[in-house]
Amino acid sequence: MAKILRRERLVPNIHLLEVHAPEVAKKCKPGQFVIIMPDEKGERIPLTIADWDIKKGSITTAFMIVGTSTHKLSLLNAGDEVPVFVGPLGMPSKIEQYGTVVCAGGCFGIAAIYPIARALKKAGNKVITLLDVKANFLLYWEDKLKEVSDQFFVSARDSYYDCKDYIPKALKNIIKKESEINRVISIGCTYLMYTCSEATKTSGVKTMVSLNPIMVDGTGMCGACRVTVDGKTKFACVDGPDFDGHLVDWEELFTRRKAYFEDEVQSLCYWERNQFP
Amino acid sequence: MTDKKEMPAELKQSLKAEFSKEWRKELRKSIPVKERMKIARQKMSERNPEERNQDFNEVNLGLDAKAAIKEAQRCLDCANPQCVMGCPVGIDIPSFIKWIEIGDFVKSIRKMKETNSLPAICGRVCPQETQCEAVCTTKKATGIPVAIGNLERFIADYERENGKMFIPDIPPPTGRKVAILGAGPAGLTVAGDLAKQGHQITIFEALHVAGGVLVYGIPEFRLPKKTLQAEVEYLERLGVEIKTNFVVGFTATLDDLKKEGYDAFFVGTGAGLPNFMRIPGESLIGIYSANEYLTRVNLMKAYEFPEYDTPVYLGKNAVVLGGGNVAMDSVRIAKRLGAESSTIVYRRSRVEMPARVEEVHHAEEEGIKFHFLTAPTKFIGDEKGQVKAMECIQMELGEPDSSGRRRPVPIEGSEFIMEVDLVVVAIGNSPNPLIPQTTPQLKVGKWGNVEVDWDTMATSMKGVYAGGDIIRGGATVILAMGDARIAAAEMDKYLKSLKSKTQKTKKTNNKK
Repeated sequence: MAKILRRERLVPNIHLLEVHAPEVAKKCKPGQFVIIMPDEKGERIPLTIADWDIKKGSITTAFMIVGTSTHKLSLLNAGDEVPVFVGPLGMPSKIEQYGTVVCAGGCFGIAAIYPIARALKKAGNKVITLLDVKANFLLYWEDKLKEVSDQFFVSARDSYYDCKDYIPKALKNIIKKESEINRVISIGCTYLMYTCSEATKTSGVKTMVSLNPIMVDGTGMCGACRVTVDGKTKFACVDGPDFDGHLVDWEELFTRRKAYFEDEVQSLCYWERNQFP
Repeated sequence: MTDKKEMPAELKQSLKAEFSKEWRKELRKSIPVKERMKIARQKMSERNPEERNQDFNEVNLGLDAKAAIKEAQRCLDCANPQCVMGCPVGIDIPSFIKWIEIGDFVKSIRKMKETNSLPAICGRVCPQETQCEAVCTTKKATGIPVAIGNLERFIADYERENGKMFIPDIPPPTGRKVAILGAGPAGLTVAGDLAKQGHQITIFEALHVAGGVLVYGIPEFRLPKKTLQAEVEYLERLGVEIKTNFVVGFTATLDDLKKEGYDAFFVGTGAGLPNFMRIPGESLIGIYSANEYLTRVNLMKAYEFPEYDTPVYLGKNAVVLGGGNVAMDSVRIAKRLGAESSTIVYRRSRVEMPARVEEVHHAEEEGIKFHFLTAPTKFIGDEKGQVKAMECIQMELGEPDSSGRRRPVPIEGSEFIMEVDLVVVAIGNSPNPLIPQTTPQLKVGKWGNVEVDWDTMATSMKGVYAGGDIIRGGATVILAMGDARIAAAEMDKYLKSLKSKTQKTKKTNNKK
């Protein structure tokens, strides 16, 4: 059992979860994830690590409420326990001195990209952070990310921020403006990562994405998370989660992510009926 | 395990000592051999196929005491018990059977547990017909072997159900710490053997429950979770600590654990990534690896969805590719989850199927169909990316291949289409990659398997041993346990050969 230290709503539908897991904190690196199970009947779901504190022995993640398991997570409070919190899993993101790097995040990916931006900055890169939100009130961790960025942009569909374009256009503009971009890293929903990869295709800037296929065990046993990259079958939990976005078979990923859509709805209805009779 | 090996002298001696005991002599005389040979093999009762293929409760119901004693009488207590050599873990089979014959089930189970810590499991999942029962003297004499597996199951269940679980005396602590990676059949066996020697054992398990393939792979109707749980609790009572949710390689590496003071290691991390057919359309929705399908159903209890949150795809026309035990488990699950037709598609013929005979038999009784000499060539999906059909080709058997089985050869132009909406690929897996990836000093073979000296199960790293699927690829529970017993004996020798810890500290003191 792992103890919840903090659970708070960051913005509507996105929550932060800080869990006591000293062994994971001691070992984790940017880009890795944990598998969590909200209760004995829940699913094992992967969450990207957003921060950690070795002294406190804690791991912080952010998640968006989608299905039953994430709904359950959103109702946990400090002092509650979860039966499964295992990690750090997956290969860490490659942190090198690339030069200029754009960190493009959206949704839960705003939190997930934070440790990567921080590590890239520390490694001597010029870090340009580009966040995407539907509206200004959905933005969080702005200060944290500004602190580790040389330049900071937000694209939002309302009038609060300068840029109203959806992230790929904003990304293209940055590439056009900067003399040289050496790498783009994109984390968020599948569509965001896909569009970011498409946006950099013509310029040929290497674009790494943190894939989020459905997982079960998360430790290289079940094969649920298979993705096709450069024509080869890869397993996101042990070969990834980071892959070259220009080589990913996106259509397959979109299809496979929707595999349980109807079941998810059924599960949620069932749970809600029992939760709020 | 049919390869002829010489019986180790020690084992021969102990068998002989038991064989020569007065009570055994008298018992042999009590019923003449001719009479023993006339007794029919006792049938284990099982649930009606029509009823059991609707739920996940256990299929076999076990023998009752009367039938067990009767079955035990069929054992001729021969002077040269080949069954013991047929058993990968070398159980003293005649002794445990003869204790059953005189009705002392407690003595029987204690004899059993000297060599096998997990009899309730072995009695249920071992392929006895190719091991102990294949070389049984009663079989040679009458054609039908003693039901050794059923008897093993009987005494294990008797002990558990009657609350007679016996905890052996454990020698004083040796002060040695052993880390076991993986709580599957191999890891649990090593844990039991070494705990009984007074070593301090910690098992590190990646999943949230102990058991490995016994919990994520083998379904409830073949091995109830409570039976497994009881065997795990027995180990805990021997002093074994089990740390779940701990992935060695990620949460800590083998080297990290070494620094924490573990003196010896056993790598039993088992199955890794599943093998696929590598044919077009394999990523369509509705196509599972057996590992995923079984994990969803057995570990995550998808058969109780939506009470449990993990879903599993339910097919009308389910097809399982493969002919092993995993394939049989998968196809029988699909039937239980409501498939109208549930079919095995296997590229060789019936005799080449590696599954236990009983599983094939049970599957047939439950209405499973078999398509032999058939192999898929591609999967066809609908507009939603869901599999709807499978193109197959017919095969014929050619010359034997390296496994000794006749190689299937495609018959040109024999392609046909099968309507399917659920496919489970059960054609094996490669060893788990995590330990090899994160322990660069460990020598690994070309299939990603950890390399060992097969006489000792020692790896290329001092004090590190391995067994089960991590060295074999896909094998059986009992072979993993056989590896584990060899490893445990060698690890015990190794641990006892280490200089005592007080000596070690003295040495460092001198240096200062």
